Amino acid sequence: MSDSGHHSGVHPQTLADRVEADTGQSAFRCYQCGKCTAGCPLAAEMDLAPHQILRLLQLDLPDTGQEVLASAAIWLCLTCETCVSRCPQEVDLPRIMDRLRDESRERGLAHPKAKDILAFHDAFLGSIARSGRLHEVGLIAAYKLKTMHLLQDVAVAPRLMARGKLAPLPHGIEDRGAVARIFAKCRREKP
Amino acid sequence: MKLGLFPGCSLEGSSREYLESLTAIAPKLGLELTEVPDWNCCGATAAHSLNAKLALALPARNLALAERAGITDLLVPCSACYARLMATHEELDRDEERKREIADIIELPLQAGPKIVSILDVLSTDGVAGRVSRPFAHRVACYYGCYLTRPPKLSTLARTEDPREMDDLVRAAGAEPVAWAFKTECCGAGLSITRTDLVAELAGRVLDDAERRGAEAIVVACPMCHTNLDLRRDAIDAHRGRRSRLPVLYLTQLIGLALGLDERALGLHRHHVPVRFRPDPQPTVAQEI
Amino acid sequence: MSRIGVFICHCGENIGATVDTAAVAAASADLPGVVHSVDYKYMCSDPGQNLIKDAIREKKLSGVVVAACSPRMHEPTFRRACQEVGLNPYLCEMANLREHCSWVHEQGEATTEKAADLVRVMVEKVKRNRPLYPINVPITKTALVLGGGIAGIQAALDIAGAGHRVILVEREASIGGHMAQLSETFPTLDCSQCILTPRMVEVAQHPNITLYTYSELERVEGFIGNFRAVIRKKARSVDESACTGCGACIQKCPTKKIPSEFNADLGPRTAIYVPFPQAVPNKPVIDRDHCTYYRTGKCKVCEKFCPANAIRFDQEDLLVEVEVGAIVVTTGYQVAGAAEFGEYGYGEYPDVITGLQFERLASASGPTQGVIRRPSDGKVPETVVFIACAGSRDAARGRDYCSKICCMYTAKHAMLYRHKVHEGNAYVFYMDIRAGGKMYEEFVRRAIEQDRVRYVRGRVSRIFERDGKLVVKGTDTLLAGRPVEIQADLVVLATAMIPQPDAETFAQKLKISYDEDRFLSEAHPKLRPVEMNTAGIYVAGACQAPKDIPETVAQASGAAAKVSGLFSKDELSREPVVAVVNRCAPPDFSTCVGCFLCESACPYQAIEHEEIRARDGSAIKTVAKVNQGVCQGCGTCVALCRSKSIDLQGFTNEQVFSEIVIL
Repeated sequence: MSDSGHHSGVHPQTLADRVEADTGQSAFRCYQCGKCTAGCPLAAEMDLAPHQILRLLQLDLPDTGQEVLASAAIWLCLTCETCVSRCPQEVDLPRIMDRLRDESRERGLAHPKAKDILAFHDAFLGSIARSGRLHEVGLIAAYKLKTMHLLQDVAVAPRLMARGKLAPLPHGIEDRGAVARIFAKCRREKP
Repeated sequence: MKLGLFPGCSLEGSSREYLESLTAIAPKLGLELTEVPDWNCCGATAAHSLNAKLALALPARNLALAERAGITDLLVPCSACYARLMATHEELDRDEERKREIADIIELPLQAGPKIVSILDVLSTDGVAGRVSRPFAHRVACYYGCYLTRPPKLSTLARTEDPREMDDLVRAAGAEPVAWAFKTECCGAGLSITRTDLVAELAGRVLDDAERRGAEAIVVACPMCHTNLDLRRDAIDAHRGRRSRLPVLYLTQLIGLALGLDERALGLHRHHVPVRFRPDPQPTVAQEI
Repeated sequence: MSRIGVFICHCGENIGATVDTAAVAAASADLPGVVHSVDYKYMCSDPGQNLIKDAIREKKLSGVVVAACSPRMHEPTFRRACQEVGLNPYLCEMANLREHCSWVHEQGEATTEKAADLVRVMVEKVKRNRPLYPINVPITKTALVLGGGIAGIQAALDIAGAGHRVILVEREASIGGHMAQLSETFPTLDCSQCILTPRMVEVAQHPNITLYTYSELERVEGFIGNFRAVIRKKARSVDESACTGCGACIQKCPTKKIPSEFNADLGPRTAIYVPFPQAVPNKPVIDRDHCTYYRTGKCKVCEKFCPANAIRFDQEDLLVEVEVGAIVVTTGYQVAGAAEFGEYGYGEYPDVITGLQFERLASASGPTQGVIRRPSDGKVPETVVFIACAGSRDAARGRDYCSKICCMYTAKHAMLYRHKVHEGNAYVFYMDIRAGGKMYEEFVRRAIEQDRVRYVRGRVSRIFERDGKLVVKGTDTLLAGRPVEIQADLVVLATAMIPQPDAETFAQKLKISYDEDRFLSEAHPKLRPVEMNTAGIYVAGACQAPKDIPETVAQASGAAAKVSGLFSKDELSREPVVAVVNRCAPPDFSTCVGCFLCESACPYQAIEHEEIRARDGSAIKTVAKVNQGVCQGCGTCVALCRSKSIDLQGFTNEQVFSEIVIL
């Protein structure tokens, strides 16, 4: 039985099935050698090691999917691609991680430690949605407001400003409407 | 050689010295760069972490605009943007249906798209060697980071676990590349702002190995790597409990110096860790703080 | 007029429960040409067969249709029964009412109707059957064994021991193969050379065995019992009959720094050399690519010092043609190198070595006389890491298969190291431990429990060199992925067993099949494990799939038993289901126009050219002729023949069309 089937009935397949449907990546290719974990720069920081995430997808007991989606690990993944580069079974774990983050966010399961990371991603995408390009000052300001980390990087910002690295005003693109429409079309319909 | 240019957001802001130095050396090396008109952000980690469609559509608009502008080869100096554009190009190439869907979203026709090239693809050792006027006679550690070599299926480099292309280029500029073990280890880029503590650890390891091998500078081709190793140096120093003054140069800055260009034109003054070398090449010694 | 008997079998419930067999028998009785039709519970039983025999005798049947199971199951049974009462066995055919009808349909009228149709079709065929007679082929009772490793040695000795002649061909300068390179063998730890070299000597001395070393198969033609092979004896540059094996040439050779293949590149050899001291034959060869004389035209030191005047700089390759009745392929394997592992240093760290190299380090006859010393500086390593599955079970490197021997030899390596270096640390990174085999699991447990080899379950992600150590970055998946970083002095990769680099061209030369990994394909994975699909060619050892010494020897003896069985008769009797090119009266002689499309299409090279000559000897035309010893009766030529001049005996166009038309 699928984990999510128990909870909502909205997702009829298992998490592994959904991941495969959207990314073409089968968790069942993994034979648990652990090479991904051995090479992962942040494995030691993760609550679930990379190979354990795949193992939970394979195992599919009632709560394993939930456990993966609520893990901090999926938000720590740097997408550095080291795991897939060395995986003997060619499992594209970074693509799977993207898909897991997406569903974790959509279903409101994101780990509390992911709050800042999500806030950053939101601020980042917000900046692009508005002006088409990233405006670093705007990004930092928005991020700080979202997270209330008002003092973080106070030492860095003036230094950047002094070296002419931060533009106070955004360089927007001309056709901002085009980018706004892309964002609108890519927005998921809520179930 | 005529090339399209996708600078990416960082090169207009916190990494502007990368663009400045690239623009400075390009004419000397016979590279004619045309910026993609009205380009937008590639979406970076934020887009592919949260929305697969957006992660394709944002880069795809740039591919379509480049194509419309008649660009056949598109230089993407930022390796993070390079990875996103390469991945998008590959997926759209592989999946016709996806391509049609994305073309609808961006409201632009998508054909084959320009060939995407990295900074290491366009700089030739012969081209550099022939124009060196002030050989950059220092020991350097060439740091490739993640996206020039990974995933290996998309990489244009020959030995993805121990690439040599940047080493060959700096050698052509008169430098001595050191053999070291962290050429392609991740510096933690994506978490630079949100988890500076982790970045300090990862970037610290890179710095540590470069120092052990007697490098006088680290050479990079990625704004994220530069930010983490240069701008975040105080955090790294605090994490490691010692101070390091090992400068971090963009490949384009190193080549610019070897071509005899002015330090200011190359944006060296914009670095946090001052770019200074001892007259006699010696390994930098970390000082206690 | 045909007098055909139809015999419907119930096959117990198998057919009887689904098909109304009585109705089928009744319907068949009314078919034109059918003079007898009955059904019975088990037609293959003795009483059932007697029904057939009695009817043939009493009703003078000209043909028999048995409607029962698959012909693969009982066609020989029924044909034999017919033959026993004087009916040519090829006048008996089977209609398959079981696999083609009762097993795949529900009970019902339509099913019974289909069964009746199947019988009707076969009756129509049998009306056109002609008596056929088995083809007898003479057998040359000499076996050609290709490859002189332990598989070839075992096969050759067994066949020769059974009283038959054997020609053993080895590509290298000595027989012995990989087994000669090994130190001790699992699970008994007996010395590999000590058990192998007596066998090598036995091969050399056996009166029934002709040994060609430094030789390769050039080409082969013919068919089972009647192969003609050409062997290329590569120029040794040494007259084997004159050479006494004294070794003076080797001592004096000034070119001394060539990496020794036998020592897996861990030691040097000279340009004139024997691969190892116990080589059979103990006659050197000159490696012309490295020899100073061949490269510069000057030197000849070996010639000067040879007391037997055996050096022959102008010797040329010799082609030897032999006739053999059977071929045993025992061409062995190679070990993949370390260079394919970028993450382990691209084979550029001298102290990251392969398992085969470790064998040479551990071998008393090796470059370090059996002391484990690392290649870079000759130091005895304090910490050794062994990595299993290096390049096996690795889809990313195009190798999904398990190399099968690495779990065991890695346990052995770690054990040998711990025996030789008591203070040393041995770590094995593994995914699974596959120790199926007599005393194998016990052997691995001994490594872990007694010799305290530390097994870590996880694959190594990366190795890099720092401060004279190899930093090995792995993980322990049994501890939730805890990082395990070992500072090692030596790393041994259990690299994959792979086919010989020329496995494909070699297989094509012999016209035998191979799988996607380029290992040779046996005829049936369970029931014909030592035969190839091509009759008369047998296989043993690691050229077929990765396997260890006991399994290789067992397979070699199996192949030898098959060859001895073949050689136990003077003639080989074959089914006459072969293609024939028609012949007719002059002036045409045959409708064949000699286009030879059939020749290019035949997968077995069975088509020959035949000149038809007038009485005065002048050539009239050239037509195709089928070599009945080679033809496998596949019918490809029949389908392709534009002038309809070829037909397949037992399955003629006339027979097949009549089956279709009657429906």
